[in-house]
Amino acid sequence: MGNMIRQKSFGVSAGLFLILLLAPSFLPRFYIYFLAVIFVTALLAMSLNLCVGHGMLFQFHHGVFYGVGAYTTGLLLAKTSLPWWLAFVAGPLAAAFAGLLIGMFCIRLSRLYFGMLQISLGSLIWAIAFRWYGLTGGDDGIHGIPIPDFIASTTGAYYFVLIILGICLVLLYLIIKSPFGSTLQAIRDNPERCAAVGINVRRHQLKAIVIATFFGGVAGVLFVVVEGSIFPDLLFWTLSLEIFIMCLLGGWFTFAGPILGAAFIVSLRTFVGTYTEYWTLILGIILILLIFFLPEGVMGYNYRKLFRSRTKYATASQAE
Amino acid sequence: MLHVEDLHKSFDDFKAVNGAHLTVEKGQLVAVIGPNGAGKTTLFNLIAGQLQPNAGKILLNDEDISKLPPHVICRKGIARSFQIANVFHRLSVFRNVQVSVLSQQKLSDKLFQPAARLAVEETHRILESIGLLDKKMDVAGSLSHGDKRILEIAIALGNEPDLLILDEPTAGMSPEETTTTMGLIQRLAREQGLTILFCEHDMEVVFGTAQSIMVMQAGRTIVQDEPEIVRQNSEVQQAYLGGDDA
Repeated sequence: MGNMIRQKSFGVSAGLFLILLLAPSFLPRFYIYFLAVIFVTALLAMSLNLCVGHGMLFQFHHGVFYGVGAYTTGLLLAKTSLPWWLAFVAGPLAAAFAGLLIGMFCIRLSRLYFGMLQISLGSLIWAIAFRWYGLTGGDDGIHGIPIPDFIASTTGAYYFVLIILGICLVLLYLIIKSPFGSTLQAIRDNPERCAAVGINVRRHQLKAIVIATFFGGVAGVLFVVVEGSIFPDLLFWTLSLEIFIMCLLGGWFTFAGPILGAAFIVSLRTFVGTYTEYWTLILGIILILLIFFLPEGVMGYNYRKLFRSRTKYATASQAE
Repeated sequence: MLHVEDLHKSFDDFKAVNGAHLTVEKGQLVAVIGPNGAGKTTLFNLIAGQLQPNAGKILLNDEDISKLPPHVICRKGIARSFQIANVFHRLSVFRNVQVSVLSQQKLSDKLFQPAARLAVEETHRILESIGLLDKKMDVAGSLSHGDKRILEIAIALGNEPDLLILDEPTAGMSPEETTTTMGLIQRLAREQGLTILFCEHDMEVVFGTAQSIMVMQAGRTIVQDEPEIVRQNSEVQQAYLGGDDA
């Protein structure tokens, strides 16, 4: 039964990937750019969901690690003559290091307190990016970052982002299905019981944060590739809230839910945002409806509905 | 193998455990009895590391474990079940047991191998021995109360413990389920040579199965001895059994 579901979702993903590979040949440039933005945001939301959905760690300020990744790569590209690939590798590593530092403090607290402390510590990093004009360009940020030629065009950036996203999704999938991921989900369900079977709960959670912030940093690098600029809004807490909502909206106990959530919110921001700056009002109404009718998100609901008759699984996270 | 000496634990002004003594020899089935609030669960929480004592010693094979965190104590060979059904409610029954088997085999940190292919045989063996194999794909949260309690024991077995602590394994069970579960516990003790420490309300169950009984009242150990001697003890009869022959 688990196999059927897996084959089905594998088929759908492979088909979708193929269409996306061909997309630049028939879509106008704006939509190619738009899809690339969705991919970047989707990876960011997916990385957050490793903490939120699979670990029940209230990572309230995940945007900071996205920003750290983007700033590290952006600054290295703009201000040094280091080879581009070194700048690209440095971004995620810097994000993971920031994740380790902030995580070490936060992990001592539980649930909401964890989230509150993270917002405070994250805001410190935002303040640095915002105020240190000499290095970061302050609230203007840095624009026109030199991107390597082969990915400088919209189509080039699109393919680069798509391929990196594909690789990261496969890695995240493997991690979630691994003993590490399995144990993380067990901690989510019952940390006390997990400690009693010999798991060092805090160390395990900290590892999850470092992994999640690494992938958050990868998303930051991809942002630089797509936009060619960096600015402090990347680290602002409102963005963190947005990606948190993406996870809840798409289905935080599912694997691919956050992708759906990211696609939806980016679309809303892009299309409704051109008519009114109050697009978040619509988001708010949708959220209220979500809480009442689909508490496990769209994918969570979908999964139950589609597979209820064939399997006893409650959510995708248990699929063998 | 386990010696508890003059253990004390208070919460604010309330002395939950106030002079507990306990000895568990290898291969024994030891019961702790006492009225509600006597401190049985607190004692188990102290032994397994969920709580830390204010004073006293907990010696496991002559090593003091009273200051260690739960996951380290588990590694030293003590596994436990909890009084309230304490399972991983979103995971399948199979995954529930596999988590502890993976932990025991030190595989919990493996990142890129599929968990579905690891520790499968061992997990199946435990599920079979405990009678949950046909429900292995069920989500743990959907099990009946009785099955959840059994699953808890299965999770504890995944750690291949030297000492298994069961906190009221039959609480909330029907009389039939109680009989089955106690039979299961006795069989595990016999077949796998497990040392088991448990607490229990049902006197018939306790005097029928345990080889040694420790009686607690108001956080204090009154006596620990063989069932027949405990039954004759006048202090126990007065304090706990109400003068009646249980």
